Amino acid sequence: MRVSFRLNGSWVSVDVEPGEILLDTLRLRLGIRSVKRGCERGECGVCTVLLNGEPVVSCLLLTAQVDSMEVTTVEGLGSDPLFKDLAEEFARRFSIQCGYCTPAILLTTYAYIRKVYEGKRKASVEEIVKAIEGNLCRCGTYPRVVRAVVNTLSRLTTAP
Amino acid sequence: MYYRVLQIKYFKPRTLEEAIELLTKVRNSRVLAGGTDLLVDLKTGRVSAEALVDVGAIRELRGIEDLGDRIRIGAATKLQELVESDVIARELPLLRKAVESMGSWQIRNLATVGGNLCNASPAADTAPPLLAYEAELIIVGPRGTRVVPVTKFFTSYRRVALEEGEILKEIVVRKSTWSGWSYIKLGRRSGFTLSIVSVAVLASTRGEVLEDVRIALGSVAPTPIRAYKAEEYLRGREVGLGVLERAAEIAKEEVSPIDDVRASAWYRREMVYRLTLDALKTSLRWS
Repeated sequence: MRVSFRLNGSWVSVDVEPGEILLDTLRLRLGIRSVKRGCERGECGVCTVLLNGEPVVSCLLLTAQVDSMEVTTVEGLGSDPLFKDLAEEFARRFSIQCGYCTPAILLTTYAYIRKVYEGKRKASVEEIVKAIEGNLCRCGTYPRVVRAVVNTLSRLTTAP
Repeated sequence: MYYRVLQIKYFKPRTLEEAIELLTKVRNSRVLAGGTDLLVDLKTGRVSAEALVDVGAIRELRGIEDLGDRIRIGAATKLQELVESDVIARELPLLRKAVESMGSWQIRNLATVGGNLCNASPAADTAPPLLAYEAELIIVGPRGTRVVPVTKFFTSYRRVALEEGEILKEIVVRKSTWSGWSYIKLGRRSGFTLSIVSVAVLASTRGEVLEDVRIALGSVAPTPIRAYKAEEYLRGREVGLGVLERAAEIAKEEVSPIDDVRASAWYRREMVYRLTLDALKTSLRWS
């Protein structure tokens, strides 16, 4: 079946199996390699994408379900000023070790910071921890991730 | 590990009528709501189906509304929408607290309240609060609309009172005033976890007397349940430590937990006593 959706700002149209999972469409058909394969049952969060701006796991979504929606991965955020600041903070604070979970954690924390600016979430360490609950990092970089988000939030004086 | 394309047909109806027709006519079809349980079950082969009817595009299944004397929640409303809703925070704090503890942000953005109820896991975390609020479920199907109280919805292990072709359309909760509430979920860790035991309590007092109380429990029986005997014992009694302890004892007798990967039946029973007592104390602001 034919499915069309916005991927990182451009419309894409792909032929997929009706039972095809978005994670597979992104990695195998569309060459989006930042979206990682992990547990494939919604536990680890390495396959996180933003669906209409909200973080979701792409392993529990049929591609057919996202027809006409907007899917964002880190590939689409390279020129976004907020995303750049956040990614730089991650590098500066060594918030990355092996890097496998990093694209997903960047997407989740980026979405969280946007929510803070929209007034929908509070800026606090507790809230950051709650936001990244669904992103497993086997290297245990969580404290450095939290630090990077705190720093990004405090460095930004104007809304993204 | 589970990688394979699901061999399944997919339909995305725009109206409820279309969805009901598809469910009735397409052999071995199932409703796809958020998919966070169903797609895992299909991938692992725990559930088999030949077709999925995605209800995500049906507008009337979405949204939270304050209708004055009652709250209406569309069955396909995402859990995260409940967490962010002012109406839910104001009118149904017990439900909000429970939903906040469910899954992760990524899961709550997909999972729906109706899906959680219809999947009918004994550990469904939306169930204890809705059982305590005595929500009504509006069900539509080939023979029209009917209302089923949530207290009659869970019929046995993973079975619900839905007939073939029927869809859970919305959840309606009549507004009522309670002087206190408490929700406690015990999992193996504090975040993003399945419950070992969960307790939801609503209480109403006049002076020292407990006028009305509702106690609902999750993960300790084949279905989420109400502890009716404990409630009956408490109703009209003066609050005291002995009384609350006795009620928690009765609740412990009402459950029928099993041993599983998360905890033993013995531990669950002990925790029903402890958490029911704690939840009663919190809802009565009693220490």
